[in-house]
This record gives sequence, C-alpha cells and structure tokens, in this order.
Amino acid sequence: MYNNKLIGSLYVTPFVIGFLLFTAFPFVASFILSLTDARLQDQLGAAQFTGLANYTGMVSDSTFQKSLGVTFAYVFITVPLKLAFALFIAVVLNFKLRGIGLFRTAFYLPSILGGSVAIAVVWRFVFAGDGLINQGLGSLGIGGVNWLGEPTTAMFSIVLLRLWQFGSAMVVFLAGLKAIPEDLYEAADLDGASRMKQFWMITLPLLTPVLFFNFIMQIVQAFQEFNGPYIITAGGPLKSSYLLPLMIYEEAFKYFNLGYSSALSWVLFIIIAIFTAVAFWSQKHWVFYAQDRGDDKGGH
Amino acid sequence: MVTATIDTGWRKHLPVLNAFLRYGILILVGFVMIYPLLWMIGGAFKNNAEIFSSIGFIPKEPTTDGFVNGWKTSTEYTFATYLLNTMKIVIPKVIVTVISSVVVAYGFARFAIPGRKWLFALLMATVLLPKSVLLIPQYLMFREFGWLDTYLPLYAPQAFATEGFFVFMIIQFMRTLPLDMEEAAVMDGCNSFQVLTLIVCPVILPAIISVALFQFMWSMNDFLQPLIYLSSVEKYPVALALKMSIDVTEATSWNEILAMSTIAIAPSLILFFAAQKYFVEGLTSGAVKG
Repeated sequence: MYNNKLIGSLYVTPFVIGFLLFTAFPFVASFILSLTDARLQDQLGAAQFTGLANYTGMVSDSTFQKSLGVTFAYVFITVPLKLAFALFIAVVLNFKLRGIGLFRTAFYLPSILGGSVAIAVVWRFVFAGDGLINQGLGSLGIGGVNWLGEPTTAMFSIVLLRLWQFGSAMVVFLAGLKAIPEDLYEAADLDGASRMKQFWMITLPLLTPVLFFNFIMQIVQAFQEFNGPYIITAGGPLKSSYLLPLMIYEEAFKYFNLGYSSALSWVLFIIIAIFTAVAFWSQKHWVFYAQDRGDDKGGH
Repeated sequence: MVTATIDTGWRKHLPVLNAFLRYGILILVGFVMIYPLLWMIGGAFKNNAEIFSSIGFIPKEPTTDGFVNGWKTSTEYTFATYLLNTMKIVIPKVIVTVISSVVVAYGFARFAIPGRKWLFALLMATVLLPKSVLLIPQYLMFREFGWLDTYLPLYAPQAFATEGFFVFMIIQFMRTLPLDMEEAAVMDGCNSFQVLTLIVCPVILPAIISVALFQFMWSMNDFLQPLIYLSSVEKYPVALALKMSIDVTEATSWNEILAMSTIAIAPSLILFFAAQKYFVEGLTSGAVKG
C-alpha cells in the first residue's frame, strides 16, 4: 500500500533487532560453544576450543544413543498416530448433526491445557501404582501394571499424553474439510463413486496443504517435547523416556557441560532441519494446491 | 406403499445408522478425552482415601480440605503468591507480544520494505527453529545482563516480535482486509501510524484477541523457561510451585495437589470456554487461508 521504504523499515525494526539479538546471535553462539569445553560455573574466557570433540564424543556416549533412539521412537509413533486420529475424528465431526460444536470443544480442550504442568501432574497420578488406570483395571479384576516403572509403559504414558492433545490438529483438519466445495461430492455421487473412493480421490488430495501444515508443526513440536518426560517420568526408567530436549537441559543445567549440551542442541536442530527441508522439498510431489486445478479461490 | 417401504428398507435407514455411528464414536472418544479432567476436578473435592478407592469422579463426601490445605502449600508462601507471580509474568508478556506483533505485521503487510522476502523467510524460520538451540547462549546473555532470577528473560524478548507465529497470524489477517478505509484515511491526512492505531487496530481486533489468548495460554503452561531463570521460591510461578509440590508431598496428599492443579488450569479453562471462537480462528487462519 505504501511505498515509503524508510517508514516501512521502521515498523519492522523491532523484529530485526529481536531477530539479531535473541535468535541469530544465540544461534551462532551455540554452534561456537559446541566446539568448546565451556562449563556453566566458569567464566566463558576459561573455555578451550576442542574442535569437534563434543560431536565425536557422541559416538561413544551410550546415553546419547539411547536418547536419540527414544526421541525418534517418540516422534515416529506420536506424529503419524496423532495426525491419523485427528483426521479420522475431523471426518466424523464434519457432518451436520446436533451438538457437533460441543464435541469439537471437548476434543480441542486437551490441546489447550495439555502442555501445562498441572496436566502432567494429573498424568503422573493417572498412571501411578495406585492411580486411576490401575484402580480401573483392579475393578475389572486385572492386576495393576507398574506403568511408570517399566521402560515400555513409561514411554507409553508420555506418548499417550501427546496423542491426548490431538485437538489442535483436528481443528485445522476440520477447517480444511469445510473448505472443500460440496459440489465435488455431489458430482462424485452422480458418477456413483463410493464414500471410500470419494475420501481417497477428493477429500485427501484437497486436504494435503492442511496435512502438510499439520505434519510440519507436529514434527517440530514432538522433537521438542520436554514437560512430559521431565515431570511424569523424569526420563526413566533406564533412560527409556529420556528425550533429547531433556538430555540437553540436564547436560547444561544439571551437569554444567555447556559445550556438550550445545552440541546436542545442534544435533537436534539438524535433525529437525532435515525433516522440514525434506517435507518442503517433497511437497511439490504430493501437496495439491488449489491453483493446480485452475481455481483461483483460496489456495497458496 | 408397503412394497415401496420394503424395497428401500435398509437404505432408508442409512442416514440414521450413519448418525448413530458418528455419535457413538464421538461420545466414546469424548468421554475418554474429558475423563482425566473430570477426575482431577472431582478428586480435588475428595478426601485422600476416596481418591485411592474409587475411580468415579463424583465425590461421595465432598470436602474442601484439598483446597484449604493445598492453598497453604508446603512452603512459607500461600498459593496466592504463585498465582500472582504467574500474572506478573504472563500479563506483561501478552501485552508486549501483541504490540510488537501488530507493529511488525503492519510493516510486512502494508509497506514495500527492502529485502522483504528475505525478512519474511527469516520470520517463518523462527517458527520452525527449535528453542533448545538458543537456550544456553540466551541464558549466558541474560546472566551478563544481570537478569537471572528476574522475570525479564521471560518476556523481554517478546517485546521484539520474536514469536514469528503471532506476526504471521496478524499478517494473514491484514491481507484479507480491503484497503479503501485505510486509503481514505491517508487522503484525509492521517499518517501511517494513525492509520494503524485508528483504522487497522479496531478491524483486526479478532486477530489481536487470538494472539493474546494463545500467548496467555502458552505462557501459563510455560515451564522450562521459569525453571532455568528463576531460583528463589518467592518468585516461582504456579508451574514451578506445582512441580515442587509433587516432589515434596506426592505420597500423601493427592487431593491437595489435584486441588491446586484445578486452580492452576482454571484461568485457561474459563478463557477457553468464553472465547473458543478466537482459538479456532487463530489456529486455522495460518493453516487454511495460507
């Protein structure tokens, strides 16, 4: 609207300053720190450059390998399950029925509250030895499970906490579904296409931009999960839920190894960067934007 | 008549069956989703023995012991201190986030800025960048500033539009607006800042409310940042106080902890029910219109 470049630049100046000071500078600094043996309690001047020692050290660090493994397991289990479940419920909800708004509220609520400490605390009680789930099993005559004390079930409890928060992805899917023109389905009905076929041939292709958005957001968030493992399982037992963000935190603020912790955070950054880069690169092969079918409404 | 009914028999009932199936799935899933919350709130009004002996959420002998004793906490401060501390962090954070995001979004949406494409790409990159890669240098920087054990590290960065997601949300909203009102104001002699405050802000109010609500909610939930920066208990927000309480009293007083958890999520819960529409719009504006 305006062509005055000077005034325009003035408006975005806060972002430029904030970006340089709180993002770009720490970003570069963390890489430099990752090449040193800096410790939290010492002056930074005392740190020595150690080259890539922090990175090569990871090769022989069994805790890191365990942490990397469980992080991938966590992401690869939660992201597809959460997206599939969110899409499934969105499709069920996308129907003219009474009380749909009420259900949407009920499903969306957990993703608003789910990241809080209060919910993590409740989760810990739900899965505790004498907690809600074991009481429920007991009343059915089934013996209790030591949920937080066994590696597999401890992981299961934090996976479930993330799946419980499927609502935000569902709301985005639902908005995407509502944006699909109804005449497409009417035409498909006339052609005698089954509901299943309509889902695969109309719904899913037209939903791919929304699926892409949800996928990126879920990947980025899942790789950064901290509250669940920190509060519910403390990363245990036997590091079975020791996700990378928790390890990064503990290396820095419990063991004071700033150099090693920075190197770990760069590994996490590179993993997330690879995933998002591949997703963005691959989207031309599977994401269907509206202009592809000669429609200038909406779209990218 | 009769034969016609028989002919179309089961097909005629298909919509009913369909609705029945949908409701069945929704009720089942909804029940599982909401039960932990009901159990928390119900448990807050139970005595401890009942929490361990019944899986129902309605207390048989309702008591406010959990609230009374939980409020006192195991520290020298009452829970009111922690609630107040939370507000001391969250309210400034929401205000500076809204102001900086609106100003920056206005620049992006209405001006020809040199290198705008690149700046926008950087803005979006901040959304995807994992926060943990910035954590340690930011900590060291704030230590140099002498800001440790203060609330400044928790909201000062937000005064510089560091949360790209919010800026993006407002840009998207501004792009959908017709320009004629703003152009008319310019004709009448308004400068661009007056246009922003007098014309644009009232129109983008829904987007502003969405940003404020999301930031409020996320800041209420925030745990890692206060954990790193705050060391004196008297400055703890609710998130840290709750974590501390389970470390101290876990074995005994579940009702106290459930009561305080209920209080901790109450502000978010009330806001969510009061303003659900803004949460839905805020969330979907970037994803669907994008």
